[in-house]
Amino acid sequence: MSAPSQPVWIEAVGIAAPGFASWQAAQPVLRGEAAYERTELPPHAPQLLPPNERRRATQTVRIAFQAAEDAVRGTSLAPATLATVFASSDADLNIIHRISMALTQTPRLVSPTDFHNSVHNAAAGYWSIAVGARAPSSTISAYDFSFAVGLAEACNLVRIDGLDALLVAFDVPPPQPLCEKRPIGCIAAVALILTQARTAASLASIDCAQVDEAPTHAATAELEELRRSNPATAALPLLELLAQRRSGRVVLPRSSRGGLAVSLDVLDAR
Amino acid sequence: MTPLPVSAFTVTSALGAGRDAHWHALRSETSGLRKLAFDTNTLDCWLGEVAGFDAPLPAQWAQWDCRNNRLALFGLQQDAFLSAAAALRERYGRDRVGVFIGTSTSGVQHTELAYRARDPHSQRLPDWFQHRYTQNIYSVADFVAQVLDLNGPALAISTACSSSAKVFASARRAIAAGTCDAAVVGGVDSLCLTTLYGFNSLQLVSSDICRPADAARGGISIGEAAGFAVLDPNAAAPIALLGYGETSDAYHMSSPDPDGQGAVASMRAALASANVGAAEVDYINLHGTGTMANDSAEGRAVCTVFGTQTPCSSTKGWTGHTLGAAGIVEAAIAMLCIEHGFMPRSVNTRTKDPGIEAAVLLESRDAPVRTVMSNSFGFGGSNCSLLFGKRA
Repeated sequence: MSAPSQPVWIEAVGIAAPGFASWQAAQPVLRGEAAYERTELPPHAPQLLPPNERRRATQTVRIAFQAAEDAVRGTSLAPATLATVFASSDADLNIIHRISMALTQTPRLVSPTDFHNSVHNAAAGYWSIAVGARAPSSTISAYDFSFAVGLAEACNLVRIDGLDALLVAFDVPPPQPLCEKRPIGCIAAVALILTQARTAASLASIDCAQVDEAPTHAATAELEELRRSNPATAALPLLELLAQRRSGRVVLPRSSRGGLAVSLDVLDAR
Repeated sequence: MTPLPVSAFTVTSALGAGRDAHWHALRSETSGLRKLAFDTNTLDCWLGEVAGFDAPLPAQWAQWDCRNNRLALFGLQQDAFLSAAAALRERYGRDRVGVFIGTSTSGVQHTELAYRARDPHSQRLPDWFQHRYTQNIYSVADFVAQVLDLNGPALAISTACSSSAKVFASARRAIAAGTCDAAVVGGVDSLCLTTLYGFNSLQLVSSDICRPADAARGGISIGEAAGFAVLDPNAAAPIALLGYGETSDAYHMSSPDPDGQGAVASMRAALASANVGAAEVDYINLHGTGTMANDSAEGRAVCTVFGTQTPCSSTKGWTGHTLGAAGIVEAAIAMLCIEHGFMPRSVNTRTKDPGIEAAVLLESRDAPVRTVMSNSFGFGGSNCSLLFGKRA
């Protein structure tokens, strides 16, 4: 039943994480040409949302949009045409906290805005409204393994359903007292645009396989700490290869029992 | 797409545990909705509660213990599903079978209980509360993979009320791509105060019983359910997934596009992927939540794609709206319709909304059913239509 291996092309990259305000800013650090400075990003004002929605956007929607908008800048493909996969362990635990608190009080006043923003696919919904995308959209969770699992889902959308796809992985730290139960060390998001055909903007082709291997570590202790501090930044070893324009193979965590080996074939640096 | 055989399926909802319970309830026109006490709920509403499952999980699964995973295990224990999954594991190997589970709230009810038990001074949550194994959206998918001892790709899809329809699409892609050889798909969502008070805050919960497509419908009745299916491309099963369509409304977070354009596109994509014409569809299981907005928009969309003659009904008057489990529950009902040659009526519907022109069934019908479409739509404008059929 295995389909012949058919490459998926990486068209563009986006990132928003401590010290990395954009893919452009991240590349010198990931190439080892500049020192990494872990500074928290100021809150992002999503450019693609109408002003009303922009003001009300949650931290989760803001960070997902920041990486997605960054990736979209690297492609001439219209964002409305892209299928999407949003990958997040917990989406918005700030909202779950507020609702859980409201439910302990009398009367139980759950905010209707909180409730409709509490769905795991809220960021995906806002994105499709913002760019007018009617294409297929999935939102997945796989705990700390959400990036690799989302990447596999996005690759399958490209290979099997013949769609170009935007993958956005994101998570934010929960508030007290949930943060003790679910430590997430920073606000971060990583986005990739994947295409079925090679384009003028293509950076590399990738192929994924399930393996029984431990995840690849990031190059330096600081970046390794970042890799471990958010499910989205588990992508860092892959982003290092892309920044260095270097072909190679990295293993990303895909479950508590195994990894996803991602082989990257980088096109000549342009 | 090549039809993908469904070699086993099971469903547990307010109608009972397993396929027979569902078939008998549909046949005898018995709704599973009741006015009953749940947790500390004070809202005046009908609920679709599953009976008989709320004992703590066996010791080996203790860390996973929460209402949602209890319901997952209870669901897996029906219709010899555990044996079907074991046979699949033996046939392909544990690394080659994927697990794709839809849920909207996973074990968040456990978090509600933990917040009630938090320390009044420090605000700390109790030691017994483990987020990863209960509340986390992935928990139920990981739990099902552990119980079935499967190590292929595992994920939770959480797109609100379309979650466990979309698992069929995701699993089919993974099988076609060679990521796995076969898959267990399913959906589990359990009653919790978060969804009861949340939908109530949006004025979508009815104090009356759910009456899909009724002129005087007042909203949803919330239910809970667990359902699972095996997708095995090499099985000689009588029923197969013929096609699927997934679209986004790009309209509003919690209201459907009144013209149902996203729903139209999703139904058309399902027909196209199956290479089946609209006239070949014998029955449509509607999303049919019983809200004013959904039933009107979906009715319009169905007429755009099928005209006004294709028999259709929502079964949410029977089971309640089981949210992230609605997709798998209604996929199972679609397959029962094919198996038994039966189309269930829209139970609780008294006077059909004159604004809905689709052929909503007010009486159940015995008739050959070869091809069924099942619609699932969710918040965020997430639409999924599935097409099931008898194999030629």
